[in-house]
Amino acid sequence: MGVSIQVKNLNAWFGKKQALFDITMTAAANHCTALIGPSGCGKSTFVRCINRMHETIPDAKATGSVKIGEVDAYNGTSAPQLRRRVGMVFQKPNPFPTMSVYDNVAAGLKLNRFRSNAKQMDEIVERSLKNAALWDEVKDDLKKKSGASLSGGQQQRLCIARALAVEPEVVLMDEPCSALDPISTGKIEDLIFQLKQNYTILIVTHNMQQAARVAEYTGFFLLGKLIEFEKTTKIFTTPSDKRTEDYITGRFG
Amino acid sequence: MSNSVTPNQAMAGSNALEIPNVSKRRMVTDHVMTALSVSAMFLVLAPLLAIFGYLVYKGVGSISWDFLTQTPKPVGEPGGGMANAIEGSAVILGLASLLGIPVGIGAGIYLAEYGRGGYLGFIVRFVSDVLNGVPSIVIGIVAYSLVVLKQKHFSALAGGVALAIMMIPTITRTTEEMLLLVPSQIREAAFGLGVPQWRTTLSITLRTALPGVITGVMLAFARVAGETAPLLFTAFGNQFWNFNLNQPTAALPLQIFAYAISPFDEWHKQAWAGALVLIVMIVVAVSAVRLAVSRGNLRGAH
Repeated sequence: MGVSIQVKNLNAWFGKKQALFDITMTAAANHCTALIGPSGCGKSTFVRCINRMHETIPDAKATGSVKIGEVDAYNGTSAPQLRRRVGMVFQKPNPFPTMSVYDNVAAGLKLNRFRSNAKQMDEIVERSLKNAALWDEVKDDLKKKSGASLSGGQQQRLCIARALAVEPEVVLMDEPCSALDPISTGKIEDLIFQLKQNYTILIVTHNMQQAARVAEYTGFFLLGKLIEFEKTTKIFTTPSDKRTEDYITGRFG
Repeated sequence: MSNSVTPNQAMAGSNALEIPNVSKRRMVTDHVMTALSVSAMFLVLAPLLAIFGYLVYKGVGSISWDFLTQTPKPVGEPGGGMANAIEGSAVILGLASLLGIPVGIGAGIYLAEYGRGGYLGFIVRFVSDVLNGVPSIVIGIVAYSLVVLKQKHFSALAGGVALAIMMIPTITRTTEEMLLLVPSQIREAAFGLGVPQWRTTLSITLRTALPGVITGVMLAFARVAGETAPLLFTAFGNQFWNFNLNQPTAALPLQIFAYAISPFDEWHKQAWAGALVLIVMIVVAVSAVRLAVSRGNLRGAH
């Protein structure tokens, strides 16, 4: 089951440059929350702070509090432990190029020394691929076909399956459809609807229609600040901030 | 304005005739460049084929079962072979690989994954490049003072150490370059699954870069396989079988050197045969490793 993501007073820096200013928001459990805003506004940095990917960049740091359910992300948890609870799907599909489809899905478990017999692993791989709506397309040569030989849209669903295999509680998606065509995008969006039943989803998108289609809540970022956080229906019909209105009506960004 | 032509003017009227001329010039340039690069390829290939062909011509006549299975005979006695030198070369190269490959790959991993912008990384990179340029005879002296003087006798171990030192900088730098070619998204994918950094480096990044790393290792291996100078006062050479790492050991390059400068025709022929065997050994070793690695990889995986 999904758990909520609670962020309080989050600040983030790249060296001396501050990228996020005092962000406070909560993404509700088993719902999809979208983050919109112009390029460079800090959406991706925000998402990367949640699974502590931000700190892998030299000179980058973050302060504040992030809680995944009851777990404090910045206190008493190691980054690898945290990331096993927080799946992530990246902008560009990034399957492991030397591995088969099967091994890509199993990678998270194998590399984390999860002990299982072959039958258990087969089941997990099949379930994850089914949950990512990819099973029917790859089931015939799971172990022979390289993950990198799939099409872009299939690769992205493979990456989702890979993230789901470690059974996270929340799934972060950083512009998961920006490298995909409309048909693949449609498939991923359908998938997000199904995934909501079991996971909490936080999606960064440049596409406002996409936010309107998949998310119950939407946050608008501008210059490192969270300007408005509201129900999606409200933010796209009657935004309370002038800047939000200017952005969603296409006056800038 | 006189010599600037707008696209519209260039397209219009009389100028339209020039378009076929331009493309003809491009075609000629294209053919010339292709011809130049093909001939450059032949220039590279020619010495290699010439050397190999000459070696076969001179050496193949002296290669016999005896040559491959017997130790050298005293001067004046016909026959004999280089079996002990082939064995010695294999032992010394194996030892050098055992010592040099882990250190080289480890240092390459440090440079690419941990010490990228750091001061220590800069020093390691610089020292490694300088080490790459140190003459092999100097490396031999280093191994002599590090191992031979301590042990008070020549040994296969000392030869292995000398060759290992020579292998390290090549392996280090190619490993670093190959790891840097792996896109950071691949590392992030592993981090995102909760895989710790050391495990990501070994199981994902190094695994992805493996074909390139192997190329570096094989380059280093092939380079030291023919080295004579660093072995002169480390492994020293031996006329008899030796399987003890602590004893002077024969090696093909040493045996070739000794026979080639001798005044005997019979020994000259054996030197040619030895050189041919050495090259074939290198080709076989490199191909075997390549084959083994490519088998473990999926098709279309790069």
